[in-house]
Amino acid sequence: MILIYTDPAARSAAMPEEQGEALMREYIAYGDSLREAGVYIDAAPLEGVDTATTVRVRDGQRLISDGPYAETREVLGGYYVIDCDSLDAALDHAARCPGARFGSVEVRPVMAMPART
Amino acid sequence: MISGAAAVDRVFREEFGRAVALIARVLGDVALAEDAVQDAYVAALRTWPERGVPDNPRAWIVAVARNRAIDRLRREQALELRTRELARRAEEDMSVFDEHLDDDSIPDERLRLVFTCCHPALAVEAQVALTLRLVAGLTVPEIARALLAAEAAVAQRLVRAKHKLRVAGIPFGVPADDQLVERLDAVLAVVYLVFNEGYVATSGDDLRRDDVAAEGIRLGRLMVTLMPDEPEVAGLLGLMLLHHARRDARTDADGDVVLLASQDRSLWHRDEIEDGLALAERALRTAGSPGRYALQAAIAAQHCRAASEEETDWRAIAALYLVLAQVAPSPMVELSRAVAVSMERGPAAGLALTDRLVDDGALGHTHLLAAARADMLGRLGRTTEAAAAYREAIDRAENGAEQRLLERKLTALTSH
Repeated sequence: MILIYTDPAARSAAMPEEQGEALMREYIAYGDSLREAGVYIDAAPLEGVDTATTVRVRDGQRLISDGPYAETREVLGGYYVIDCDSLDAALDHAARCPGARFGSVEVRPVMAMPART
Repeated sequence: MISGAAAVDRVFREEFGRAVALIARVLGDVALAEDAVQDAYVAALRTWPERGVPDNPRAWIVAVARNRAIDRLRREQALELRTRELARRAEEDMSVFDEHLDDDSIPDERLRLVFTCCHPALAVEAQVALTLRLVAGLTVPEIARALLAAEAAVAQRLVRAKHKLRVAGIPFGVPADDQLVERLDAVLAVVYLVFNEGYVATSGDDLRRDDVAAEGIRLGRLMVTLMPDEPEVAGLLGLMLLHHARRDARTDADGDVVLLASQDRSLWHRDEIEDGLALAERALRTAGSPGRYALQAAIAAQHCRAASEEETDWRAIAALYLVLAQVAPSPMVELSRAVAVSMERGPAAGLALTDRLVDDGALGHTHLLAAARADMLGRLGRTTEAAAAYREAIDRAENGAEQRLLERKLTALTSH
């Protein structure tokens, strides 16, 4: 799983509109390249953290709060799920992700679960 | 007949929430509904001063706002398929108002609006700002004055809140029964917060700002109208009225604090106290086990019933605080109970109850604990300790009127 973390403030403030559209096209091309490589499973961009809501259940009580639980500068902006044979192959794909240039991209293996019968 | 811009403002403040709620109900979009009602306000400013206020301003506002909402949706139609469907619904569902423009045909959807504005997915500050804007119909500058915040900050807070309403999919509606109690708590907390901002201003030099407290009471009255059978709703309004009724006796001519013990009780507003007492009794009677607002209203009722400080039933008040500490435990409730016990059984008993509060430090950042201990220590004749506690309280107090009160007490203590 490729998790893309970026700083939303830096991106929206510093980026003119045409640059934003160029980035969008880059992401579309990136997704296409993953499909062509036969590794693509799923992907989605996320709305900003200002639309996030955190839920915790403590002592059976639902606690709902505005925003992410922890304030950090870089936030999860979207993800790709790809199927690769090795970490090196996954890292090669991750390095081509547009977000890697101005944010950081985290690669995490999806945990193998026993098949349910 | 009133006329001019003042008349427009007055009518819109009363009708804003109902019109926004109705249009949001049909369109499912609170931000769009607000824009449409705001458009109607601008239209009214243009036409009412000349032609006079319409016979049925409520119906006029809804009809104009409806048309403006449809206009706005048509302009967006090219962008989105979704808006085409909304525009069609707006025309069909709301066309009923073109034919029956009397008050009764316009349903009151404000309860949905209140629950939407106070959804726990929004930060509390956002809930307060949204409620004041959309339900109470206050303008951004008015909200900024009420919350002692900058206008730009309030405007920004509202924009963000409405963005989240729309993007996060916060529903426009009253929650299901299993969530109702919890969500109602959030609504009542917002109403009480607005009231308290006026009852004891958290900063600034004046102790109280009656217009802000009155907005809290107006919201409380609206909630009682919308949910007449909820004991906690009645309890909160009763509590606010019983506090507010004492306003003219709470400060002297210089704006300095006059404590309950030395208030001129003839300055209390008797009619409001009667209303408050009736609501407090209703809240206690209907509740299976009384909630936090019903209990606080019952405590305020004890104070309002007493003809003087000496005749106050401190035993009953201490007992009510003990129940409140179980229903809604908090260091503030413990401190209030300690004060009531000190009046019932003497300062030593009260002081002992505050020792634990000193140890756990939860009230360390406020002046209240130090001030209460200073008073009890003074009554016990432990003057040096009392003076030290007063100085600590003065350091921590942020409201000018409260600081001056504490300084007067310190002077009185050391001049003996």
